[in-house]
Amino acid sequence: MPVWVQVAYLVCAVGFILALKGLSGPRTARTGNLIGAVAAVVGCAIPFFYLDLHHVPLILAAIVVGAAGGFVGARRVQMTQMPQMVALFNGVGGGAAALVALLELRELVAADEFAGSVPWFTLLATAFTILVGSVSFAGSVITFLKLQELMTSRPVVFPGLPVVFGLGLLAAVVLAVVTVVNPAEPVGVVLALVGLLIGVLLVLPVGGADVPIVISLLNAFTGLTVAAGGYVLGNTLLLVAGTLVGASGTFLTRLMASAMGRSVANILFGALKGGSTLGAGEASDRPVRSAGPEDVAILLEYADRVIVVPGYGLAVAQAQHTLRELVDVLGEKGVKVDYAIHPVAGRMPGHMNVLLAEAQVPYEQLVEMDDINGDFKNTDVVVVVGANDVVNPAAKTTPGAPIYGMPILNADEAQQIVFLKRSMRPGFAGIENELLFDPKTTLLFGDAKETLGKLLNAVKAL
Amino acid sequence: MNESVTLLTIFVLSVFVGIEVISKVSSTLHTPLMSGANAIHGIILLGAIIVTGSTDNAVAVVVGVVAIVLAAVNMVGGFVVTDRMLQMFTRKKPAKKVDA
Repeated sequence: MPVWVQVAYLVCAVGFILALKGLSGPRTARTGNLIGAVAAVVGCAIPFFYLDLHHVPLILAAIVVGAAGGFVGARRVQMTQMPQMVALFNGVGGGAAALVALLELRELVAADEFAGSVPWFTLLATAFTILVGSVSFAGSVITFLKLQELMTSRPVVFPGLPVVFGLGLLAAVVLAVVTVVNPAEPVGVVLALVGLLIGVLLVLPVGGADVPIVISLLNAFTGLTVAAGGYVLGNTLLLVAGTLVGASGTFLTRLMASAMGRSVANILFGALKGGSTLGAGEASDRPVRSAGPEDVAILLEYADRVIVVPGYGLAVAQAQHTLRELVDVLGEKGVKVDYAIHPVAGRMPGHMNVLLAEAQVPYEQLVEMDDINGDFKNTDVVVVVGANDVVNPAAKTTPGAPIYGMPILNADEAQQIVFLKRSMRPGFAGIENELLFDPKTTLLFGDAKETLGKLLNAVKAL
Repeated sequence: MNESVTLLTIFVLSVFVGIEVISKVSSTLHTPLMSGANAIHGIILLGAIIVTGSTDNAVAVVVGVVAIVLAAVNMVGGFVVTDRMLQMFTRKKPAKKVDA
């Protein structure tokens, strides 16, 4: 490898570090992402200039096809569907890494027969890439299917699942050892198939609300896979980039899990230990107090302090813009209004911030949970729009509830609570919310966008 | 220095850098950060290009081409979708003026 190539890879690696650094602050995030994109494009162009690559037209055509597919998908996806899009992009990356490692194994087998001198660690790294890349691919596909609701988003458990899973892991270890001792392509292919099985079994038992954490975890897996692939190919750029993603992804996964008051192990294997993440998922017919938009308008008009708790349902109804108008009008009438953002509001951590940013809500009005939780007791009205689990007191009061231990927004401490709901159906976690039956609570039934529109008109008319 | 050890050194140092650079991220940016990191591992495209370009076996070329397509989807899609999200975070100010 010429020196200029190594230096160029180093420059690209630094680009990725700057990209991640930039992405962790709101002001630098977009620049960071652009730096990352430039580094990636430059990195991929390098081999064309120093290697005598075969099939160049074919390679370029494949890049164009993939790039066009990714571009169109990325432009068209709705912000509400972001989690499944990230899952899908992650899965194809993992799949690509596994395929690259399979091809590299072929080369190594040939080299081994010829000279018999392939280091065992290289073979082990190859086996790791094949296995974990396949796990990431299959796991991400299942995640996608769950989030897109092409299959049930509830945990899927069948008797013997832990046994099959355990056997799969055992088979993976044995096959990896075989790859090291006596490398052969068919072993690699079987290892990939075992990886696919493990990936499916890993994600099936995870309940809907926890799926986003799994996306982050699989993201870290793919990163490590790419790092191992870089080791096998002796490519420092792949090694650094993959490791960065693997390390930061693992860290991020732990951050998110702790925001939900859960451990990663509990999220992955909780359902296997006795169905504790299974909510009833059914609507109750207990009596509740409901009201019309005019009554709620009066309530809001006479309030001094209002907190809005937005949830995924708001975005599904595409009601963010109407909500922002309502908040603006109330603001003009002298009511102090903030949005309380739970760290896992929406369907992935930070998702709600993206959804409200789409509706051009100024981010000074978005207050994070820890900063606003003390304010609820001095708040006249809390308006919960399309959210449920993040204000469910069961998280504090009911040990054994699937969300028990998750920090929640203290909406129950406010003077009045208004829920905008389409129906009495429970939230993503599939459990009933006691707060709906609280004497302080008023329900306003209907589609979020329509109801907010009526509420807006009623407030304007006062 | 042994090449394997050099690579291992790079790996270990990168782990620390990876954790260090994102240790202070606010939860506001979790989604774009996850998506941006996702795009970065699309660099496996580089590996896919190298392995595909250095074989002449028909089956291997087909597998390689599939890997290239998948990796390109990951890389390009990841960066574009992250930019779309971040664009919304940054166009706050003009939007506020329109409201006022």
